[in-house]
Amino acid sequence: MTTLLIADHDNATLKETTARALTAALELGDEVHVLVAGKDCNPAATAAAKLTGVAKVLEANGDSLAHQLPEPLAALIVANAGPYEAIVTPATATGKTVLPRVAALLDIMQVSEVIRVVAPDTFERPIYAGNATETVKVGEGKKVLTVRTAAFKPAGDGGNAPIESIAAPPDSARSAFVGAEIATSARPELTAARVVISGGRAFQSAENFRKFLEPIADKLNAAIGASRAAVDAGYAANDLQVGQTGKVVSPDLYIACGISGAIQHLAGMKDAKVIVAINKDPEAPIFQVADYGLVGDLYDILPELERAL
Amino acid sequence: MKILVPVKRVIDFNVKVRVKPDGTGVDLANVKMAMNPFDEIAVEEALRLKEAGKASEVVLVSVGESQCADTIRAGLAMGADRGILVRADGRLEPLAVAKVLKAVVAKEEPGLVILGKQAIDDDCNQTGQMLAALLDWPIATFASKIVVDDGEATVQREVDGGHETVKLKLPAVATTDLRLNQPRYASLPNIMKAKKKPLDETTAADLGADIAPRLTVVKVSEPPARRAGVKVASVAELVDKLRNEAGVL
Repeated sequence: MTTLLIADHDNATLKETTARALTAALELGDEVHVLVAGKDCNPAATAAAKLTGVAKVLEANGDSLAHQLPEPLAALIVANAGPYEAIVTPATATGKTVLPRVAALLDIMQVSEVIRVVAPDTFERPIYAGNATETVKVGEGKKVLTVRTAAFKPAGDGGNAPIESIAAPPDSARSAFVGAEIATSARPELTAARVVISGGRAFQSAENFRKFLEPIADKLNAAIGASRAAVDAGYAANDLQVGQTGKVVSPDLYIACGISGAIQHLAGMKDAKVIVAINKDPEAPIFQVADYGLVGDLYDILPELERAL
Repeated sequence: MKILVPVKRVIDFNVKVRVKPDGTGVDLANVKMAMNPFDEIAVEEALRLKEAGKASEVVLVSVGESQCADTIRAGLAMGADRGILVRADGRLEPLAVAKVLKAVVAKEEPGLVILGKQAIDDDCNQTGQMLAALLDWPIATFASKIVVDDGEATVQREVDGGHETVKLKLPAVATTDLRLNQPRYASLPNIMKAKKKPLDETTAADLGADIAPRLTVVKVSEPPARRAGVKVASVAELVDKLRNEAGVL
C-alpha cells in the first residue's frame, strides 16, 4: 500500500509545507510517493526527491498545470489515484481548492486540516476555530486528507528518490488563469518562519505598522503577521492575516503587538512554542495565552525592543 | 441568470463554544444560532450581482433540520427572492450536502452558485469544491472580487502570498472569502416582507441524494489549554527571559 502526497510548489522551488505534510503522510505507515504537477517544475521535483522518506516522485509537466488550476490538477490526481491507499496534501490555498474536488470525484469524504495522526485510519482535526478537537475515523476505501502543516515538523533532506515522468492532462476548457499579484518579500514565509511578529489595530496606520514592526522583523529574521482588525483597517495586506480564516502559524517565537487576542486570532497562533504579548490593556485576552506579557505603549516599547536585540 | 446560494445554520460566531462533558460533540442546546458568516457574504454578493443587472433571481437553499428555515428567512430578509429547505436529519458531511445541492442545481439550473468558503462550525472548507466536482463545473475558491459578464465570471482569489485572477465559463461555482464584501443588515420592513416570500420544502430522500455519513466521529474534546505565563516589567527583562529562559533568541 502506498500514499500519494501532492506537493506544494511554485515550479522553481518546493515549499516547506510539502516537507511538513510528508511527515504526516509517513505517519500513515506506508510508502510515500510525491506528485509534483506544474510547468517546468523539474527543480521542485528534484527537491522533492531529496526529502527523507520519499520512495518515488511523479513529475507531470504541462501548460495545463502551470497555475495549478483545480480542474486539470484534480483530473490528473484522479487519473493516477488507482494504486494509492491515501491521498494527502498540505492545507494551502491550492491544496484546499483541489483536494475536495478529488475526494468528490472519487466519492470519498475528505478529512480536512489533520493535526494528528492517531492511527492510520483515525485523525484529529480542529473544529470551531480550534475551540474543539474532533477525532474522526475513516471507513473503507481511500483516505483523502489535507494536513495543517503548522502541526507537523518538516521531514529532513537526506533522500534520493527516483523521478518518473507522467503525462499532463489537457487544458481546462472552462477555466483560465488571468494573472497573479504575489507579494515578494525578502523575509521568511509566514507559515514557515521561526519567528513571527504580528501587529493589530493599535498601530493606527499602515505607516506605523511598517515603521514599528519592520526594524524588529529585520533583526530577528522574522515574518510579519497581522490581526484581522489590522487587515480590515488596511494597515496590512490580507495575506498577512493570522487566524481562523487566515494563516495558521506555529513558530518558535510569536510576538503579538497591540493585538487583543480574539478567538479568531488565537486559532491561528496558539501552537507557537513561545508567545509574547505587548499590549497597553492589562486585561487583553491575549495575556491569557502569552508566556511573557508586557503591558505598555507600543510606540515606546517597540523601539526599545529593537535597540535591545 | 439565476444565482443559487446555499446557506448553513451554525452557532453564532460570538458564542463561546463548549465541548460536552461526554465528548460527543459541542453543546448546542439553548445556544444562539445564525447564518454562517461566509454564507452571508455569498448572499450579499448574489444580491449585488442582481442589483447590477447581472442576475435575475437569487435563490437560497439550506440543508438540514426544520430550523434551517430561519436561516433562509434571514437571507430572504436581506433581499433574496425565494428559498428551498431540504430537510435532512442527523450529521451532514460536506459530501452529502454537495450531493443534495447537485440535485437542487439540476432542478433550478442556476448560472452561478456562490457558497461560503467554509462553515465556522466544522471548518471543513469542502462543500463548494465538491459540488463543482459533482457537476463538472469550474470553480474559483476564496473569492475577493467577482465580475460577471458575457457568460463568464472573472474572479479574484485570495491565495497564499497574494491574489490571483481566474476566468470561468458559466455555469460555475465560487466560494467567498472574508473581504469580498460587507453584508447588509436586514431592515425591519424587509424582515416583514421576507415572511411572505416563497419557501419550498423538500427532503434529501425526495431528491434521491445519499446523505449517509462516511466518517465516524470518535470523540470531540477540548484542545489542550495554554497556560498564561508571566508579566514582565521591562523590555530588558523580556529580552533576558527570551534569551536565557525560553532560549528562542
